[in-house]
Amino acid sequence: MTELSQTGAAVGEPTTGAAPDAFLEVRDLKVHFPTDDGVVKSVDGLSFSLEKGRTLAIVGESGSGKSVTSQAIMGLHRLGTRGKNVRMSGEIWLDGKELVSAAPDEVRKLRGREMAMIFQDPLSAMHPYYKVGDQIVEAYRVHHKVGRKEARKRAVEMLDRVGIPEPAKRVDSYPHEFSGGMRQRAMIAMALVNNPELLIADEPTTALDVTVQAQILDLIRDLQKEFGSAVIMITHDLGVVAEIADEVLVMYGGRCVERGPAAEVFETPQHPYTWGLLGSMPRIDRETSERLIPVKGQPPSLINVPSGCAFHPRCPYADIPKGNVTRTVRPELEQVGTGHWSACHLSAEDRTRIWTEEIAPKL
Amino acid sequence: MEGKAPIMRRSALAAIAAIGSASLLVAGCSKADDNTNDNGTNSAGANAATKGVVNASDKKGGTVTYELSDVPDSFDPGNTYYAYMYNLSRLYARPLMTFQPGPGSKGNTLVPDLAASKGVSSDGGKTWTYKLRSGLKYEDGTPITSKDVKYAVERSNFARDVLSLGPNYFQQLMAGGDKYKGPYKDKSGKGLSSIETPDDTTVVFHLKQAFQEFDYLVAAPQTAPVPQSKDKGVDYVKHIVSSGSYKFQSYDEGKQAVLVRNTNWDPKTDPLRKQLPDKIVVNLKVNPETIDQDVLAGKAIDLAGTGVQASTQAKVLTDTAKKANTDNTYGGRLVYMAINTKVKPFDKVECRKAVQYAIDKVSVQTAEGGPIRGDIASTVLPPDVTGYAKSDVYATSGNKGDAAKAKEQLKACGKSSISTNISARSDRPQEIDAATAIINSLKAAGINATLKQYPSGKYFTDYAGVPKFTEKQNIGLIMMQWGADWPSGYGFLQQILNGKAISQSGNTNLSQYDNKDVNKLLGQAIATQGDSARNSLYTQIDKKTMDDAVLVPLTYFKVLLARPTTYTNLVSTAAFSGQYDYLNIGVASK
Amino acid sequence: MISYILRRTFAAVILLLVVSAVTFAIFFLLPRLVGQTADQLAQQYIGKSPSKADIAAVKHNLGLDQPVYVQYWHFIKGIVAGADYNLGPTTVHCDAPCFGYSFKDHVAVWPQLTSRLPVTLSLAVGAAVMWLVSGVVVGVISALKPRSVFDRTFMGVALAGVSLPMFFTGSLAILLFTYQWPIFGRTYVPFTDNPAQWANTLFPAWCSLALLYSAIYARLTRSGMLETMNEDFIRTARAKGLPERNVVVRHGLRAALTPIITVFGMDLGLLLGGAVITESVFSLHGIGEYAVQGITDNDLPKILGVTLLAAFFVVIANLVVDVLYAAADPRVRLS
Repeated sequence: MTELSQTGAAVGEPTTGAAPDAFLEVRDLKVHFPTDDGVVKSVDGLSFSLEKGRTLAIVGESGSGKSVTSQAIMGLHRLGTRGKNVRMSGEIWLDGKELVSAAPDEVRKLRGREMAMIFQDPLSAMHPYYKVGDQIVEAYRVHHKVGRKEARKRAVEMLDRVGIPEPAKRVDSYPHEFSGGMRQRAMIAMALVNNPELLIADEPTTALDVTVQAQILDLIRDLQKEFGSAVIMITHDLGVVAEIADEVLVMYGGRCVERGPAAEVFETPQHPYTWGLLGSMPRIDRETSERLIPVKGQPPSLINVPSGCAFHPRCPYADIPKGNVTRTVRPELEQVGTGHWSACHLSAEDRTRIWTEEIAPKL
Repeated sequence: MEGKAPIMRRSALAAIAAIGSASLLVAGCSKADDNTNDNGTNSAGANAATKGVVNASDKKGGTVTYELSDVPDSFDPGNTYYAYMYNLSRLYARPLMTFQPGPGSKGNTLVPDLAASKGVSSDGGKTWTYKLRSGLKYEDGTPITSKDVKYAVERSNFARDVLSLGPNYFQQLMAGGDKYKGPYKDKSGKGLSSIETPDDTTVVFHLKQAFQEFDYLVAAPQTAPVPQSKDKGVDYVKHIVSSGSYKFQSYDEGKQAVLVRNTNWDPKTDPLRKQLPDKIVVNLKVNPETIDQDVLAGKAIDLAGTGVQASTQAKVLTDTAKKANTDNTYGGRLVYMAINTKVKPFDKVECRKAVQYAIDKVSVQTAEGGPIRGDIASTVLPPDVTGYAKSDVYATSGNKGDAAKAKEQLKACGKSSISTNISARSDRPQEIDAATAIINSLKAAGINATLKQYPSGKYFTDYAGVPKFTEKQNIGLIMMQWGADWPSGYGFLQQILNGKAISQSGNTNLSQYDNKDVNKLLGQAIATQGDSARNSLYTQIDKKTMDDAVLVPLTYFKVLLARPTTYTNLVSTAAFSGQYDYLNIGVASK
Repeated sequence: MISYILRRTFAAVILLLVVSAVTFAIFFLLPRLVGQTADQLAQQYIGKSPSKADIAAVKHNLGLDQPVYVQYWHFIKGIVAGADYNLGPTTVHCDAPCFGYSFKDHVAVWPQLTSRLPVTLSLAVGAAVMWLVSGVVVGVISALKPRSVFDRTFMGVALAGVSLPMFFTGSLAILLFTYQWPIFGRTYVPFTDNPAQWANTLFPAWCSLALLYSAIYARLTRSGMLETMNEDFIRTARAKGLPERNVVVRHGLRAALTPIITVFGMDLGLLLGGAVITESVFSLHGIGEYAVQGITDNDLPKILGVTLLAAFFVVIANLVVDVLYAAADPRVRLS
């Protein structure tokens, strides 16, 4: 099981500066984008850690900050035309190196080698003008001083490893000549070509059909075992989480609202938003009409995040806690079980009651 | 003729009486910085080349460059009608007669060129005999004979399906000219029988009628000799055989011609040409602004000689140093408005006179570009054409027009107002502006004219020059410019006033003026020997025309030439519309 | 691929035939439809006061006395087999491909076009290289630093470059570089005579023409780059750990340039048909200036010749661009 920080203080106000024991540790990460309309607080104080060989799933709606978090770890925000427009603070420790304060070129050298990423839509994520093999070769040669031939051999080997038939031939195909699933396999091959210790998969299966989804998840799991990497799985699909994750981190409005071992979060979720997510999860053993209980309302604006608990405008239980606390005081993460944390004003009794009496029976 | 191009043939030989006033006018507009010097030698200063030769020199060597914004109709001396080609072609094609290089109207003096002396007339001016100089040779060393002159006239005037771009005066004048089919179709080998070549140095022309200005006609490049064996019709232009001081080194259609010394030209046979530069380059289709820049930089001469661009004009006139190297000269041309005597009520002379009085000529002059572009006119003949005599029949105070007098005439005509149309060429903005100024001054006199615009390319063939059209469209007033084919009263007046010259299309007698007396006087004049007697007849015709009020003279057209300081022997001659005489221009240094 | 090019070439020939027929109709048939007679047409090419017989003869020499379709047939036949023209004493044979015979200069059109082509080619290619390089460089830098001082300055210059007419920039270039500081020559020298002189004399013209186009290309490149640099595959390239320079050049520029190359091909093709204003301003005797001559003189065979040549270049440019595009973008397949 992943070693999460053992104290609430470490989570809410982490000890700064010192290198952690964990392979990856994120401390009070903030990623803000100043715009003409105001500051977009995509990630606003996020902390977590992850060990090698473990898989963390970050779940949440689109706009909850999960993709921004992953790209912040990769250092991608600081590049390109938006690079000058981002404000980042906090710490990201990867294998003993702090990335937020590191020189851009230092981070670049880690990118693709120590940490790699696979993206949601492999068609648009691969360069349409270059052969698949060449794109893998390029990824390999950035970090390895080897000749084209050797790199190509490596590319074929990787394609083979991710289960692409006739890899020696397919290495010379263009991305558009692949099927969706094959493209994602190729994408994975490209990401893993340098044996990265951290793999971030950003909605890797969303663009694929259901049968292929399962194959890809299997592939990621198999490869993780083989390479021993840490995996961050960004998804909005709890089905995927159940399939693959050791740990779950639920994000809402740029912050973590619940976090814990996957089994526990599924068994006894402690946050009304997580309940909502579970309710909207399709399950094969239920009737279509029953099984979907979507979270009502719109995701919050990241410029004007609702006061108090960001979730309160959509929360059916916002009026249960006394006074106006849900609307005025932002709830901090509190430990609710072993390695299980939740940020909610509801009392433990209320949460247990609502979960067991109202929510669980419907799922 | 006039419809075709900026400046066609001819400018003027001013009558002795006219010279005084002409140079007075020229001097008048630039007195301030004018180093007056009338002794015919060089003296920098505004208008110096209209009074004498600037940079007179016999220095040899160098390259003289001519630049033209257009392409000429042809370099073939037998197939051109542009004044500047008449001027330039003399470098490689010697006509029987030509003009002595000289300032202003002094340049109108005819002198023998290929001929040894002026034409000898007999038979009352119906027969003209020319003797060629001895020792004349082509560039290839073969001798030039009188047969080549005869052949040149035949090919240029009688084969109009092949060489059609020059005038055809010989065709109209030679006895039997209407029957002869031209050298390309006539296979008899004898040619036109009314041109005789009794020996290799004599050529005799037999005319239908007396024509006392025949020397002017043979000054056209059409009499420059062409060897029949080398003639390829329109293709001759690619291999012109030179009889002058320069020959073609290269000829690139529409782009460039390069002339070099003709080593078989013998200065002993030629009192006029000096053969100064080593090379003469003619660049075609050069951007007009570039031409001006080059001329101001002393690197070229504007071949067309039509004056600088408006933008350059402003620049040189405000700069004293630059102005000192300009010549503001007459272009042998009258800007006028014809009054159509076939369109009512202008069939009545009083109505025409009303128009004469009504027009504010100062406003018209301003519209045309001010005094630099022309002096206010009051006669048909411009001051640099023979026969000119100062006169102003319809004088108004300050040339500003007189609405009261105009209304008087209108009353006498039996009208209180007139409604008519005025035509002008749509692609000539200055003409449009002038017509607009006229419309405004006519309005004050109760004459309402509406502007009708037609493209200049078809002005004569389809619109203003088609009597049926003008009558149908009620076009009573017609804007016009006219320059003569040779600088005499006859050359100027015949096409625009002769009642017999009225034609159903391409008409240039726009007033459709058919006055027996004028027709008779024209015929009488051309048969009159003796310049002064003939010139007084031209003055009479001018007077008669003005009395009949069939056209309103607006301005005597002038051009502003920039004078390249590095070139020698520059003299603006009235013989070629005020252009510099191109015969002896050389390079001052190098 | 080969069969594709063959098919396209065949289509191009058909297209050119149609263009020639339409052009022919515009210049030879239309005047007649609006009431101009063959006599009046012929009269334009004769000088003063022609007689009826003169007009008839000229009309016959120029072939204007035949029905328009016969004239067209002769024109097409001339291209394939050559034609004969009566010049008075001699009959001149105009070799195939005979693109007609000028009514005004009495010179075959085709040799004039071929002799002028190097001038237009020099002008167009030289200017094209300049504007492509400068436009793309400025566009890329602007796109990488949008709203920076550089970006604002050069996009301002680009706007001016697009708006300023050639009459102005060209004349200014001549004034400054050949008169004020006479650095550059003024008379065109063929490349084969003296390459240095050739470049020297053409330089101001290149600059003026390039200013106009590079402005457009800078803006095109800028917007193309801005769009491309937001593509997912750029993020992927960065995620691989590629140095930013490689990301921009190998991934960004490569994708952004492809559509620009096709615009470039078309622009170049159009220019080869004659840079009318530039050639006039710089007194270059190219195709465009020939067209101007033809139009001012109403010399129909010249206009026809230039139109066909220009159409030819556009069609060829189209074909080349399509083939190039297919080569550049593997997703495009020629069929």
